Amino acid sequence: MTDRRPLVLRHPHVLVFLSLLALFTLGATLFSEAYGTGALSTSFVKTLGKTLCLSLVALAMDLLWGYLGILSLGHMAFFAIGGYMIGMWLMYARTEGIVLAALAGAPLPPTPEEVQAGVATQIFGVVGSADLPAIWTFAGSLPAQLALVVLVPGLLALLFGWLAFRSRVTGVYLSILTQAGTLALALWLYQNESGLRGNNGLSGLQNIPGLDAVPQAQLSVWFLWASAAALALAYVLGSFMVSGKFGSVLRAIRDDEQRVRFLGYPVEGYKLFVFTVTAIIAAIAGALYYPQAGIINPAELAPIASIYLAVWVAIGGRGRFYGAVIGAAFVSLLSSWFTGGTVPALDLGFARIVWVDWWQVLLGLSFVLVTLFAPRGIGGLVDLLAHLRPPRRHGAPLGPDAGALREQEAEA
Amino acid sequence: MSGATLLEVSGVTVSFDGFRALNNLTFHIAAAELRAVIGPNGAGKTTFMDVITGKTRPDKGTVRWGEKSVSLLRMSEAQIARAGVGRKFQRPTVFEDQSVAENLMLALKAARAPWRVLFWRPAPAHRARVLALATDIGLAAVLDRKAGELSHGQKQWLEIGMVLAQEPRLLLVDEPAAGMTLAEREQTTALLVEIAKTRAVVVVEHDMEFVRRLNCPVTVLHEGAVLAEGSLAHVTGDAQVIDVYLGR
Repeated sequence: MTDRRPLVLRHPHVLVFLSLLALFTLGATLFSEAYGTGALSTSFVKTLGKTLCLSLVALAMDLLWGYLGILSLGHMAFFAIGGYMIGMWLMYARTEGIVLAALAGAPLPPTPEEVQAGVATQIFGVVGSADLPAIWTFAGSLPAQLALVVLVPGLLALLFGWLAFRSRVTGVYLSILTQAGTLALALWLYQNESGLRGNNGLSGLQNIPGLDAVPQAQLSVWFLWASAAALALAYVLGSFMVSGKFGSVLRAIRDDEQRVRFLGYPVEGYKLFVFTVTAIIAAIAGALYYPQAGIINPAELAPIASIYLAVWVAIGGRGRFYGAVIGAAFVSLLSSWFTGGTVPALDLGFARIVWVDWWQVLLGLSFVLVTLFAPRGIGGLVDLLAHLRPPRRHGAPLGPDAGALREQEAEA
Repeated sequence: MSGATLLEVSGVTVSFDGFRALNNLTFHIAAAELRAVIGPNGAGKTTFMDVITGKTRPDKGTVRWGEKSVSLLRMSEAQIARAGVGRKFQRPTVFEDQSVAENLMLALKAARAPWRVLFWRPAPAHRARVLALATDIGLAAVLDRKAGELSHGQKQWLEIGMVLAQEPRLLLVDEPAAGMTLAEREQTTALLVEIAKTRAVVVVEHDMEFVRRLNCPVTVLHEGAVLAEGSLAHVTGDAQVIDVYLGR
């Protein structure tokens, strides 16, 4: 029967995950330059913080794909929109400070119009414009831009999802549609007329206005903490969502959505809800990621980014949040190692494997192998280590014989 | 027939690429009535159920429901299900990766909107209801088993249990006896007769022996229209029916 114990007892992985995350954060802090021994360089602390953000968006993807069965190839677009929204404030506020400092020597104090014109020239000179586009209206206000981090991707997901789900677009067609939407958004952002500096994107985001006195070494640890906290919160929220009847409905929709309709559940409503919630989680992850990355440009939301996201989740193991988190962390860290140029090239005699070029081939190959031979991904190793679970047989008997044990008998 | 009309299907026509699956079909059933629908393959039995449950939109005709005679044609599948139409499929479609208890809990009459389901937790009354249903369908001992582990007959029962858990006012049952043993068939017959004392039940069936045991009015479909209606003895005596169906 349905379990009545608290969430953490029913799902021990929540407690284990939170403890490991806390240990990881503590460790990173104690070895950081700002608060510890300095064994970890500031740029590596930033890499770790960014990795946590990628894990967060992978968790959202797992909720959508692993539990509800919707393979979105556009969630990195929401991630990037979150980055753009916070980036607008970071860039505006910092430029405003510079402009004010430059005008401080003037005989008359500058009017707000003069300040805004100065900011616009500074930011948009690079794309040959001196006007502040309408979408920058709220860029001077941190609370407004923080609200937009949630609102813009949320409303976009709501609109897109409403149109797509209402027409009952499912499966691979939906994936293609999300990818087309992402591509369209990226192409629009490449235009200088988009008002977001075209292919230059937004830069200097690592400088936090008002915190000029705080060194990057310290800021990097603060962002690591914030990213870890967001990941922990999302992990608990996600586990709560999939634990009760709601999770049961999601898995039922994944397996047979028509049957769920005949039970009276508004399937489209569920899809829209989860699609929007995951888009918002992705956007929050992006808003934490880009101040650590320092720069965002339209290449960040090229369709390939969203495909990577799906690859992380598949390699980590779908339908279990820790799998998605591990997959994103493992693959993205490995990726930065291989593409960092420090891995020695492999000389095979007839060919020379330079990992910067060959890493993607290796990644593609591992994706195919995992899909074929280990559909439960890295997360499945946890089961193996724990010796807890027989393979998921979806209820099939354990052996071919008529008298073969069934799952429950074997566990007993 | 007893009580007021619950469902009234009139003049319904459905065409698929020129083929008329239903042709000016008219049918009604009272609030507490058992009815068997028979007919040869391609007579339109499944399309008939699809129209009522909202899966297929007819080209012509009306489907009216309940005391207020609301049109089911304007409602989605989920709205129709919430209005009180339950459907049992021919092939058991249970959620194989979830336990028997979870399957029943999913079907249990309760809030269906995402936001309310998110915070919904089963009360003791809900657990008791699930246990009672599981006992009725003989699955109380396997509540924690995955539905995929059940035998074919048990899956049939689970699906019947799920339809009952929805507490529908009208049950559409597609070939309930398929794949069941003789004893299970008898149990199913008894259950359907019992349910029909308080609800409307439409049984689509192929097996004449099973229909005979239900001992209820019969509607014979042929080429998407009603060919004959009445007691089994009456329709089996009908020359047209013998011609198109029983004669073969």
